[in-house]
Amino acid sequence: MQDQFYAAADAITREMQGGEGFLARFSGETSDFVRFNRAAVRQAGKVEQRYLTLELFNGKRHASQTLSLSGDDAAAVRAAVKTLRDVLADTPEDPLFLINTHPQSTERKLPADLATSEEATDALLKAGAGHDMVGFYAAGPIHRGFANSFGQRNWDTAEAFNIDLSFYLHADKAIKINHAGTHWDGAALTTKTDNAKVRLETLARQPKTISPGNYRVYLAPAAVEELMGMMSWGGFGLSDHRTATTPLIKMVEQGVKLSSMVTLIENTRDGLSPGFQGEGFIKPPSVTLIDRGAYKDCLASPRSAAEFDEPQNGADGYEAPIALDMAPGALQADDVLKTLGTGIYVGNLWYLNYSDRNTCRLTGMTRFATFWVENGEIVAPLNVMRFDDTLYRMLGGNLVALTAPRDLLLSTDTYEQRSTRSMRLPGAIIDDFTMTL
Amino acid sequence: MCMSQAAEIAQRLAAVAPACDAWSVRVMRSTSESLGVTRGVVDPIGLGEDLGAMVTVEAKDGVGYAATSDVSVAGLQRAGSEALAWAQRSAGRMVAPPPVRRAAAMHHDHEDKPRLAWNAVSRADKIARLKGQAEQLKRDGRIGDWSAELSFTDEESVLATSNGDFIRQRRGIVVPGLAASASEGGETQTRTLGRGGVIRQGGLDVLDDIGFWTAAPRIAEEALELLAAPDCPTGAMDVLLLPDQMYIQIHESIGHPLELDRILGDERNYAGTSFVTLDMFGTYQYGSKLLNVSFDPGVAGEAASYAFDDDGMRAEKQYLIKDGILQRPMGGAYSQARANAAGVANSRACSWNRPAIDRMANLNVEAGASSLDDLVTQIENGIVMETNVSWSIDDSRNKFQFGCERARLIKNGVIGAVVKNPNYRGISATFWRSLKGLGNAGTVQVLGTPTCGKGEPNQAIPVGHASPPGLFADVHVFGGG
Repeated sequence: MQDQFYAAADAITREMQGGEGFLARFSGETSDFVRFNRAAVRQAGKVEQRYLTLELFNGKRHASQTLSLSGDDAAAVRAAVKTLRDVLADTPEDPLFLINTHPQSTERKLPADLATSEEATDALLKAGAGHDMVGFYAAGPIHRGFANSFGQRNWDTAEAFNIDLSFYLHADKAIKINHAGTHWDGAALTTKTDNAKVRLETLARQPKTISPGNYRVYLAPAAVEELMGMMSWGGFGLSDHRTATTPLIKMVEQGVKLSSMVTLIENTRDGLSPGFQGEGFIKPPSVTLIDRGAYKDCLASPRSAAEFDEPQNGADGYEAPIALDMAPGALQADDVLKTLGTGIYVGNLWYLNYSDRNTCRLTGMTRFATFWVENGEIVAPLNVMRFDDTLYRMLGGNLVALTAPRDLLLSTDTYEQRSTRSMRLPGAIIDDFTMTL
Repeated sequence: MCMSQAAEIAQRLAAVAPACDAWSVRVMRSTSESLGVTRGVVDPIGLGEDLGAMVTVEAKDGVGYAATSDVSVAGLQRAGSEALAWAQRSAGRMVAPPPVRRAAAMHHDHEDKPRLAWNAVSRADKIARLKGQAEQLKRDGRIGDWSAELSFTDEESVLATSNGDFIRQRRGIVVPGLAASASEGGETQTRTLGRGGVIRQGGLDVLDDIGFWTAAPRIAEEALELLAAPDCPTGAMDVLLLPDQMYIQIHESIGHPLELDRILGDERNYAGTSFVTLDMFGTYQYGSKLLNVSFDPGVAGEAASYAFDDDGMRAEKQYLIKDGILQRPMGGAYSQARANAAGVANSRACSWNRPAIDRMANLNVEAGASSLDDLVTQIENGIVMETNVSWSIDDSRNKFQFGCERARLIKNGVIGAVVKNPNYRGISATFWRSLKGLGNAGTVQVLGTPTCGKGEPNQAIPVGHASPPGLFADVHVFGGG
């Protein structure tokens, strides 16, 4: 797809007239998708898609068109340039139009060794045999590209697989596992699925229902991921901060701090996502968002940077992290249950939202493997509970410990295209966690 | 009449389809335009042109699909071969064989015609009018974030099958947005035009119908009003939900639990399961006797009105809940065959690159008999909430919590003070039984959401929800802080 995109960029270049220039963004993938239910195939197939976004500019006037590429790309871009030329006539000058005019070409192709779709399907059906396994396999190359009329060319290919499975015992009692990466490892998959089957035995115990109240909890990294996802929804963007719509408004305007254990970094260098963004700027290797509990830097897109007179730092338009990295703590994995003592082991959280954005108060549900623990021993699976608490309490004064080991969580999102977002997160022990329903 | 490009593409497959038991091709084409003004600056104009095809093949009880934007004959032929390979690979390993195909071929070719086409007003004029709305939103120095936006999608789908079906449907979809955020003293309050709950089929006529051009001053004033308002009180009380909150209550705690693929377990790894089981249909009391819920794909202008679903099943109105009793789930042909249960025509795909699955479409609460004043009058101690801002529900679609942008207290049948940060929580299985009043036909609003998310691979799709205001007894209400 790289050759196709660069050829399209050359074709666009040939269409330019007078003071016109362009930005071009490419997003493509060839994906095998297999969906499972009850250890059988529910839907299986292949999707190949190639999208080009052409942004035409002339001075401070600009507009874009996103096209699905069908093969006759030269004709398609010719038509798009003509359309956009007409649109520019209706377009006022944009005072916030900021693009990279100093070409910085890059290329990254992550080495990969994936299984064939037949091998992967066979392995997953074998792993699920005799169990109520439900889940999803997605694999194949993901391509992103950028080009502009200044001669810049950027390309990124991440060939990866993502296996997201749940082993159900009954009703809503299940163990969820994720196995993702760039190199297929059948033995590691077998280890994970075998462990899940062993853990299912714990779910067979009589489930416990607790009353609303405050509990000591351990949030596994997959549960912490949900909290970070909510923080990322407007928490770190320059625009959200300057318009006071950030859920972290108390950190920004009143200097409220989280626990000094909390350091969050946008760690682009170690993520799967491309190191360039839509206006052609190269992302810095890392941006420190929260440093030992204190708010530090925002993610600043070129547009926000122009509006609020700040330097841009390579953020995309939505100004959310794509490779969020939380610093580890000191708690060893073997000490988690002992340190939790009596409380709740939360494997996953689900469907979070704000109950009060001004106080960063979040609500959500426990899901999948969540257990009642007494004196450091798992006693019973827990029936689902709703929590409602502020992030300032959860990751502030009530944060007891973060684990030393961290999980690399590759996003399973496939809305419109397969996501390359990732997070590297520890687990967290939290006191006085408020359960409400 | 000239054949559309999408129809021509669909008909190309017949000549190059692989040898198999059955095939279908679904071509989807969309053109889109997004216009907006944010904090006084015209947003970059964004256009879209999307075209692609999904070929689905059945072979020896296996089913496979392949989707491509290469809609040339060679591209479709390649997709057919890849779909056949997946069908062969999955044969004998599927959750259920494909359902028996209809004997008679379906033919349908229809384009919706809006009263006022999107292009009836020039782009420059639309931008000028949006700038005018944005100026009306910025009424006060405390309003630090404000925006006015419009998006339009012209969407065409064509389904052709080896059975001889040819189904072509074309419609326009309009999604408007107005928002104002006011800030003071470390607090921000936001009011919107339905916050993502306003979506209609049609053209520019939709904007007049929903009051888009007159709402900005009210939205701005209400954002400022909320800054000075006290927090919502805590306690059990009557709650009157206006349609722009009812739609999400319906969506999350009736719509999703009644999706048949959830009941069959397909979604358990992602969007979740359902507290509803197959044995509950026909007997289970889902709500009070006032509750009548329909799957109605025939409501003009509602977001998911259509004549046929993406499997080619004719779409007709069906009651899912009648007089409070659960009647039938929302499941398309494949799910119906697996469950051996009647369903509805709701097998839908968000685009050419995703396979059809059971979705909500238009899921509506039928009107009751009360005027809005009648509903308020019967409240001794309660609250009226409007415009959803927060939504959360467990994976069985039972324990929920919702938040709204704005609420007003009601004492002894009279609406009183505005309060901020209103929230309430409950349990689906019992909540709808506390329904004690529904607005009449004159109070119904046709709303929906453009981005109902579900499926693996994920799909976000428009759904419609028409509803009157609903009055519920003894709900746990609370505020922020």
